[in-house]
Amino acid sequence: MMATTPNILLGHGSGGRLMHQLIGELFIKHFSNSILDEQTDAAILDIGLSEIAFTTDSFVIDPLFFPGGNIGKLAVCGTVNDLAVSGAQPLYISVSFIIEEGFAINDLEEIVKSLADEAKKAGVLIVTGDTKVVNKGKCDKLFINTAGIGRIKKENLNINKALKITEGDVIIINGTIGDHGMAVMNARESFNFRSGVESDCASLNHIIREVTDKYQVKFMRDPTRGGVATVLNELAEKINLGIEITESYLPVNNGVRAMCEVLGFDPLHIANEGKVLFVAGEKEGQKILEVLKNNEYGKQSAVIGRVVFDHPGKVVLKNETGGRRIVDSLTGDQLPRIC
Amino acid sequence: MKYVDEYRKKELILSVAEKLRTVSKKEIVLMEVCGGHTMAIHRFGLNSLLPPNIHLISGPGCPVCVSSQHFIDKAMAYSKIPDVIITTYGDLIRVPGSTTSLEKERAAGNDIRIIYSVLESLEIAKDNPGKNIIFLGIGFETTAPATAAAIIRAKQEKISNFFVLSAHKVMPPVMKALVEEGVKIDGFIAPGHVTAITGTTIYNELASDYGLGVVVTGFEPADIMQAIIMLVIQIESGKQQVEIQYQRVVHKEGNKIAQKLLNEVFVAGDDRWRGLGIIAESGLKIREEFYSFDAENNFAVEIPESTEPKGCICGQILRGLKTPADCSLFIKRCTPTDPVGACMVSGEGTCATYFKYRS
Repeated sequence: MMATTPNILLGHGSGGRLMHQLIGELFIKHFSNSILDEQTDAAILDIGLSEIAFTTDSFVIDPLFFPGGNIGKLAVCGTVNDLAVSGAQPLYISVSFIIEEGFAINDLEEIVKSLADEAKKAGVLIVTGDTKVVNKGKCDKLFINTAGIGRIKKENLNINKALKITEGDVIIINGTIGDHGMAVMNARESFNFRSGVESDCASLNHIIREVTDKYQVKFMRDPTRGGVATVLNELAEKINLGIEITESYLPVNNGVRAMCEVLGFDPLHIANEGKVLFVAGEKEGQKILEVLKNNEYGKQSAVIGRVVFDHPGKVVLKNETGGRRIVDSLTGDQLPRIC
Repeated sequence: MKYVDEYRKKELILSVAEKLRTVSKKEIVLMEVCGGHTMAIHRFGLNSLLPPNIHLISGPGCPVCVSSQHFIDKAMAYSKIPDVIITTYGDLIRVPGSTTSLEKERAAGNDIRIIYSVLESLEIAKDNPGKNIIFLGIGFETTAPATAAAIIRAKQEKISNFFVLSAHKVMPPVMKALVEEGVKIDGFIAPGHVTAITGTTIYNELASDYGLGVVVTGFEPADIMQAIIMLVIQIESGKQQVEIQYQRVVHKEGNKIAQKLLNEVFVAGDDRWRGLGIIAESGLKIREEFYSFDAENNFAVEIPESTEPKGCICGQILRGLKTPADCSLFIKRCTPTDPVGACMVSGEGTCATYFKYRS
């Protein structure tokens, strides 16, 4: 497509002919649906009579392409997951591009295709968007901003307030931790670890719905930047109870483990993009685990810990040798050790 | 995971702990020199498995922690020179200097880049012919050979805009200095990776002249527990010597290629250690033949007298005289988010380790 130029020109963001060509021949081509095709300044949406959940997110990842995904897939997954963990059914998303002059249109198309594919998988419509092109050097290749709207049922309205959590509740995760962060770091820093680690980047709205339609979930959150440790610390503080996790229960892919050992990182602090933490009553938890394990995004699900009366507001990890340590939220960036 | 899981088996570690209780009688103080050991001891809760008469103290083996305030201040002064790019390993950027840190200097617009291998500095030098690249060389015999290799390659490839500010250090002089200063130590849990490079002869004097036990140790919990038993047996029987526990990695003669690189580029010289002052022959200085790559010989900067932060006892902690719990700033004023002293910055710093594994 757009054989006239292989790269993005400033004119592609000018509002003129080039921009219309880009929108028509690239964005609409892949995102086409009856609402977007109207090409109005604002999409008119039918969301029925219910509460809505509304979120926004920006994606500035480097590199744009990484094992397991790219910035486009990530943009849909990130937005969909923010809605889904809030108890909402994601319906519509917006996608805005800030593109650096000179960016390869082939790369843009690949990213747009991924956006379209992932939106289709998640069952959301991309209904509005915007394109800006900035001078070379004024942004790093491509940034994407999204917003998302979802419908939320009355019974899910308070799910993120974690009001019903009590001592003995279990904490469940739908698979291995740290894959996204380590895959991206391996690609970005050219460590050349032959670890085979791929980003877990995935839209979780279907798996979450499968669980919440049948069982009572008291809290859920996607452990993205800051990792599992940060989510659990925020939760422990919110409920003023302790959280105890067991190191040997944590699902960690061997490649991620090896990279963490070498670099001195803690998988609990590494970002995930296809994981969700659930808190539920113990019996309910076992049933949730079964549902998760039967889903392609939950095969390695595990109960990783529980809510306890001890050490309120703190997360404590038990290790294999009987040692216990406080797990803190991530402070600043994780920096690799020297020797 | 091979070479990891088998050394973390609970049953194995507990059985070694059990044996330790039967062989250990005397009050014994062992120093784990390396930050990696301090980290593993706390991560796996090994202290709680030891009989009460065995005391572990942490030593000066965290490269970031022992880098002097003067070195950090000098690095910051370099970062302010126009057209200079500073390259550094990650931890160092958060170490507070007398007034600010490299991290804050970077936010203020100075070009400071985190790298994972010193060789990346050479690529940056080639890509930026109009700039001068200064690599902050820190670390012991483990990281210094890579710096030496980079300098040799820069010479071969005639890269004239690559420089090293060397604060590389060697282990034996500081170990001796601590004993001579009167720190009570019966034996050393000696650094495995340093010894993989140097070989074991560097410790002979510690055993023969100072009567200390030295066991070169790996970094998994079973390694450390086994090393403690080996040291206890040596000390209980009065047969102090140099032994290798970490036999799957360390050989008596060390890594000859790395030793050759070190000798070719560096020569021992007096060096400043945070909290310990100047220790004779403890630093690796760039040899004259390579002066054109030595930042100190090519850039003049004025460094005001460096001051240690008030109340910080990093110096005594690095000498094994105090633990972080003795410091009035620990947790209250000094945390990994807002560190006062270097020992709170590095993941292998004693204070950061105590903070992370507090319970």
